[in-house]
Amino acid sequence: MEFVTNVLGFIAGSALDVLPIAIFLFAFQWLVIGGKMPNGKQIVVGFFFVVVGLGLFLVGLEQTLFPLGRLMAGQLTDPQFLLETAGRVAADLTWEDFYWVYIFAAAIGFSTTMAEPSLIAVSIKANAVSGGAIGVFGLRVAVAIGVGVGVSLGCYRIITGLPLHYFIAGGYLVVIAQTMMAPKLIVPLAYDSGGVTTSTVTVPLVTALGLGLAEAVPGRSALLDGFGLVAFASLFPIIAVLAYGQLAAMRNRRSKTGPDKQDRQREQENAL
Amino acid sequence: MKDSIRALAKDAVDAMRDLLPIVIVIGVFQLFVIRQPVEGLMTLVTGGLLVVAGLAFFIFGLRLALFPIGEGLAHSLASKGSVFWLIAFAFVLGFGTTVAEPALIAVAAEAATVAAEAGVTANTQAAMDSYAYGLRMTVALAVGVALVIGVFRIIAGWSLPMLIIGGYVLVLILTSIAPPEIIGIAYDSGGVTTSTVTVPLVTALGVGLASSLKGRNPMLDGFGLIAFASLTPILFVLVYGIIV
Repeated sequence: MEFVTNVLGFIAGSALDVLPIAIFLFAFQWLVIGGKMPNGKQIVVGFFFVVVGLGLFLVGLEQTLFPLGRLMAGQLTDPQFLLETAGRVAADLTWEDFYWVYIFAAAIGFSTTMAEPSLIAVSIKANAVSGGAIGVFGLRVAVAIGVGVGVSLGCYRIITGLPLHYFIAGGYLVVIAQTMMAPKLIVPLAYDSGGVTTSTVTVPLVTALGLGLAEAVPGRSALLDGFGLVAFASLFPIIAVLAYGQLAAMRNRRSKTGPDKQDRQREQENAL
Repeated sequence: MKDSIRALAKDAVDAMRDLLPIVIVIGVFQLFVIRQPVEGLMTLVTGGLLVVAGLAFFIFGLRLALFPIGEGLAHSLASKGSVFWLIAFAFVLGFGTTVAEPALIAVAAEAATVAAEAGVTANTQAAMDSYAYGLRMTVALAVGVALVIGVFRIIAGWSLPMLIIGGYVLVLILTSIAPPEIIGIAYDSGGVTTSTVTVPLVTALGVGLASSLKGRNPMLDGFGLIAFASLTPILFVLVYGIIV
């Protein structure tokens, strides 16, 4: 019984989040564009599925992944655990002793990104718009690798205490260089994928990891050093997706079978 | 009806595949690294099933509602030819979906605590609440402005890399003059603004707009709205930190 009310509570919560947006969209259609919403019935059914789906998704996460992930983040950053695996005293801990944290950060960043609903949405759209040239799965793997590397590097930053903006500035220099070399068509999608990765699933776990780590490492403050992991998780997917585009272009150039992305790009540029 | 059920079943299978990496990661770490018994296996199994069902329902509803409504409105607004209504729509969509975003409310409250400890604001509940409220409004305004700039860029056909890279150069300049406590929060606020419902809507809006305007390429011009929505909050929050 408690379970049912819990589930219903989450569905009501997601309805409260989604309804204002739905009302705004319908009102805009009615007042500004005029006339009835095209496919109105289908859209109402769709919104129903979105609301129920988000509610169930969040209840499930709250029951499984969030407590487990927070618990694991806590256990891995527990000084006791760190000392046991490193076999040294606290004062001698260096950044390499936290290797389980890096591995966990990369693994959890990758796997939660693969399940991120908004990334799935953008991949479906990109696949349709590119006429199948960008694979739904390939794009998601690229973004997930980016998040994994980003979160892992972000943990390294918290442990060493290096300033956040060095990494961010360095990362954007890489992005600028890649932007000049990557196929033009991938660039806007790559920039978007930075913002897409960090929503429902990834943020709570990554934040828990960052705050836990900042508390466990001597000389770090949770308030000052705990933030910033989300920024890493938004920057590195851009690099990864641009690299994915560069790799695809390189492969196409080598095997001259089929229309390659750059030819198509040239065609499109000529068409403009 | 039969086709819908088949589509939903396919979404459910995909959802299981999407969640498999998480199950593997947690399983491996529990078994080999942490090696402590996990309590309540039954709760975990039912929770996992709820996540699969939820993800499948969401993706199914996404195709029925969020994509068609975003693209449909973009098409109608483009054929109406009113730049004013397009821009007004973009602003309200950005501002409205961000201002009530739970992740943002949480981050703003935490940021207020940091600010109070650093002595930027008075360490009272009222001062912290007003700081958090100001921050929330700043970010929501930033996202509204982001979508306006983004939509305007699609109409005008400006180059995205120039604008985004220019924006990040500005971020780096502001970083050097902003108070250090605000920097981490500012950088993170770019990531928290884009929620699960907003992203598909905004993406469909951009792609729909680019494909209904002559001379615009949906791939080249349609994407990029989310990029603006992740950039402007950083800028606006840094400025907020400098002013307040």
